[in-house]
Amino acid sequence: MTDTIRHQSPEDTAEGQNGDFETLAALARVQVDSPSSHVMHFGEDEPIEMDCGASLAPWQIAYQTYGELAPDRKNAILICHALTGDQHACNVHPVTEKPGWWRLFVGPGKAIDTDRYFVICANVLGGCMGTTGPASTNPATGKPYGVDFPLVTIRDMVRSQAMLLDKLGIDDLLCVIGGSMGGMQVLEWAALYPERVYSAMPIAAATRHSAQNIAFHEVGRQAVMADPGWASGRYLERGTRPRKGLAVARMAAHVTYLSEGALHQKFGRKLQSRAAPTFSFDADFQIESYLRYQGSTFVERFDANSYLYVTRAMDYFDLAAEFDGKIARAFRGTQTRFCVMSFTSDWLFPTKDSRALVRALNAAAASVSFVEIESDKGHDAFLLEEPDMFAAAQGFIDAAARDRGVA
Amino acid sequence: MNALPPDDFDTRKASLAAAGVRPDHLLLAEMVTPGSRVLDVGCGDGSLLALLRDLRDCDARGVELDRENVNQCLAKGLAVVQGDADTDLFDYPDDGFDYVILSQTIQATLRPREVLEQMLRIGKCCIVSFHNFGYWRVRLELLLRGRMPVTQQLPYSWYDTPNIHHCTMRDFVSLCDEVGAVMERAVALDAADRPVKIPLPWWMWNMIGRQGVFLLRRGGDRA
Repeated sequence: MTDTIRHQSPEDTAEGQNGDFETLAALARVQVDSPSSHVMHFGEDEPIEMDCGASLAPWQIAYQTYGELAPDRKNAILICHALTGDQHACNVHPVTEKPGWWRLFVGPGKAIDTDRYFVICANVLGGCMGTTGPASTNPATGKPYGVDFPLVTIRDMVRSQAMLLDKLGIDDLLCVIGGSMGGMQVLEWAALYPERVYSAMPIAAATRHSAQNIAFHEVGRQAVMADPGWASGRYLERGTRPRKGLAVARMAAHVTYLSEGALHQKFGRKLQSRAAPTFSFDADFQIESYLRYQGSTFVERFDANSYLYVTRAMDYFDLAAEFDGKIARAFRGTQTRFCVMSFTSDWLFPTKDSRALVRALNAAAASVSFVEIESDKGHDAFLLEEPDMFAAAQGFIDAAARDRGVA
Repeated sequence: MNALPPDDFDTRKASLAAAGVRPDHLLLAEMVTPGSRVLDVGCGDGSLLALLRDLRDCDARGVELDRENVNQCLAKGLAVVQGDADTDLFDYPDDGFDYVILSQTIQATLRPREVLEQMLRIGKCCIVSFHNFGYWRVRLELLLRGRMPVTQQLPYSWYDTPNIHHCTMRDFVSLCDEVGAVMERAVALDAADRPVKIPLPWWMWNMIGRQGVFLLRRGGDRA
């Protein structure tokens, strides 16, 4: 057991790895303006009108596609990624060289079968993998936007995806699917463009970000901003980086993605490559070593300001508030069929949040299904091997395809 | 699929019965007005819901506790919420459905009375079917063997049965009175699950009906 964890410990692998980290950071920096994926460019005359009042132009959106679009264009599925995800859902990541984040769920012969369906996944507005965000170059100044970038909302992300689909000539979607923040986008899609969404699958999501979740995000943001390397958001110009702050933010957030049971099972109180505690503040425990590793790898691939912007977008999400305080109003008269999913051990987006959504959808007389998946893996379960989730999703999507007449 | 005209329904019914569709499901489908909104509580694998959708053009929804069953419903393209009749019916709005069906499920609920009250709140009409514990073979089993009846339909021993609230047809009628439900129609199904068509007094039905099926409506005095 110790060995499997050991290679992940930054202390144990000091210098060589550090060099690699710098390379990663440089690779990631390139992706911001010139991503290794498709990019759709929107010119000065095609601004995206944002909730904060800003009109952003020019701008771009980076996306990946998998499978073939059918001639009748009925087989398109949009995947929305979560907070630190990106468009590389089922291909090898160009920076980390890790396999795609949803490869277990999406791909040839998988639950979302790219042999049948045309899958699109775009980097969110405010992200750092090629869609315009705070790390992107501001054409007006030739420097990165930094904190001059307008505040982004979930609705802005959805608008940007809709504009992408317009350009791709895809009027409507067989299904919009996403977990966590991706699930928020799914709900926003269904509320904003009901006629374009045949079916929707929000997984481990909620109609609003809870006070507890906002609190965790704020801890993370404060950690970033307290790091002198953040330089009031101008670190890219100054050549510094808030590595420690962002790593702490990631460590704290990572704990919220796991369950107590999963932590206990994976790490317990096991010590990291040592027989006894060292009576110091070294990473004595495996869990400490694991979190430090999670933090340190994350900071190389993810832009700190993007982290601030995207967490803020989640905090602002409150679908009811967009519809006079009633979620049901967001979905009144909708023809979209919904399949809501939650996980038993998820305490970040607990089942009760999903049930509240189901209640609202029922009140709106929407066609809604709900499945609670037994899992001890916490919020992260939606990214992992969960055969029950896969089976439910596949049944739902294939039935939707059948009823919609997808070949 | 569109709802079939009534005469077509009878033809279709005969062929579906021959194809092995459960007779009690066909009876329930017949009780439901075509094109109505139906909620099936404890819908199992969704076979009744699919029948109602395909044969009666119903907007058919379900509630089901078992996730495997929910998955089968999803694969049939049905809208089914994983949930518990005892706790999750509160989530549904008043008068949200034309019919709320509880097919062979009431005996497995913790609080049958509350479930029935919730159903009457949610639906304009309710259909409840259950295995009649007043059926003569059940009585005989208890009388002669002195044991809790274990039959093909109720195959569990008393200590591991999920069916914790058995009742007879007469018991159910008195529960309906208590909650102020109006009985629109009552049918006893014989050992082959076919409706007993001969007019008989209640006590006879309670003897020869292996299953009871009741179509209920909320009483006028209730809000």
